[in-house]
Amino acid sequence: MVKSVVGEENFIDMQPNRSNNYCCGGGGGFLQSGFKDERLQYGKLKDDQIKATGADYCIAGCHNCHAQIHELSEHYGGNYPVVHLWTLICLSLGILGPNEREYLGDDLKEVNVFHPETAM
Amino acid sequence: MAEAVIKLGKKKARSLFIDKVKEILPEGGNLNACLTCGACSSGCPATGLRDMDPRKFLRMAALGMDEEIAASDWPWMCTMCQRCIYVCPMKIDIPQLVFNARALRPREERPKGILGSCDMALKNDTTSAMGTTEEDFEFVVEDVLEEYREAQPEFADMEAPIDKEGAEFFLNQNSREPVTEPDELVPLWKILHLAGVNWTYGSKGWAGENYCMFLADDDAWKHVTKTSVDQANKLGVKTYLNTE
Repeated sequence: MVKSVVGEENFIDMQPNRSNNYCCGGGGGFLQSGFKDERLQYGKLKDDQIKATGADYCIAGCHNCHAQIHELSEHYGGNYPVVHLWTLICLSLGILGPNEREYLGDDLKEVNVFHPETAM
Repeated sequence: MAEAVIKLGKKKARSLFIDKVKEILPEGGNLNACLTCGACSSGCPATGLRDMDPRKFLRMAALGMDEEIAASDWPWMCTMCQRCIYVCPMKIDIPQLVFNARALRPREERPKGILGSCDMALKNDTTSAMGTTEEDFEFVVEDVLEEYREAQPEFADMEAPIDKEGAEFFLNQNSREPVTEPDELVPLWKILHLAGVNWTYGSKGWAGENYCMFLADDDAWKHVTKTSVDQANKLGVKTYLNTE
């Protein structure tokens, strides 16, 4: 799915991947547990993995992952944009409006905007 | 000197935490089968937090150190991602041990954020951890849909139904989208529309998050899940789509 959206050559999987991959630390209630320092320390492994790919964007599969990885990106200074898959699917289809781009980086903010006149 | 340090004598005195967990898991969760190889700990992102790791946690349980386990905050730092089971040669269900350890302390002493989110979900049949009511959800969905149908005429026929009977898919939604970033609802609606998918939200049980599960409050967890599933069944949908 991701490859069909961003193009085969633009997809860089992290290592280790699939079932050997690491949890980002956003799940299990960790986001609401109050143990922020520990949560960020837990996520260091994930942030290192993401940075090692050299990719410009990270796609998160669910809302908890998105919130956690987005915070990791800022906390550890990588500042890579973290996006939902639905955002990239709509961008690739040319139907992503100006108000649906909250998590896109500056490089894609203005690309192929659907009904740009409706920007708010 | 050894008996001053290693206290195994109390093991038979009472029912151990690990034995109770074994009783409720298929094959006892293989909790007796640990080879102490440490594969679990070597690949666990929670290793080292609070001087704990999965192997140590299991060994403490096996040694009957129930009080120490109950006092540890570490079970709240494990996301129960199950990687430890995946790499374990004996397929030991450490995440279930961790989950049940969360219930060892009184409900009101569990992390406030998780507790508050669960209690909030119990207030409305929406099961929203942010306390969103049926009316508020309906207003946001209809308002956003109307706005986009007008602004983007290619999607004038797009739908975002609530309680549509006989739909193919019942879709849930994280509360954060309708409450704090409603524009983020739209891309998914567009994809479903273009794919010709027959779907619906439920006025009850639309919220995808379930902090009662994370709280290890089994009755409340069941209530939240049942509220959503009952609504899906009432509408006669064929497939439940979980977006969380």
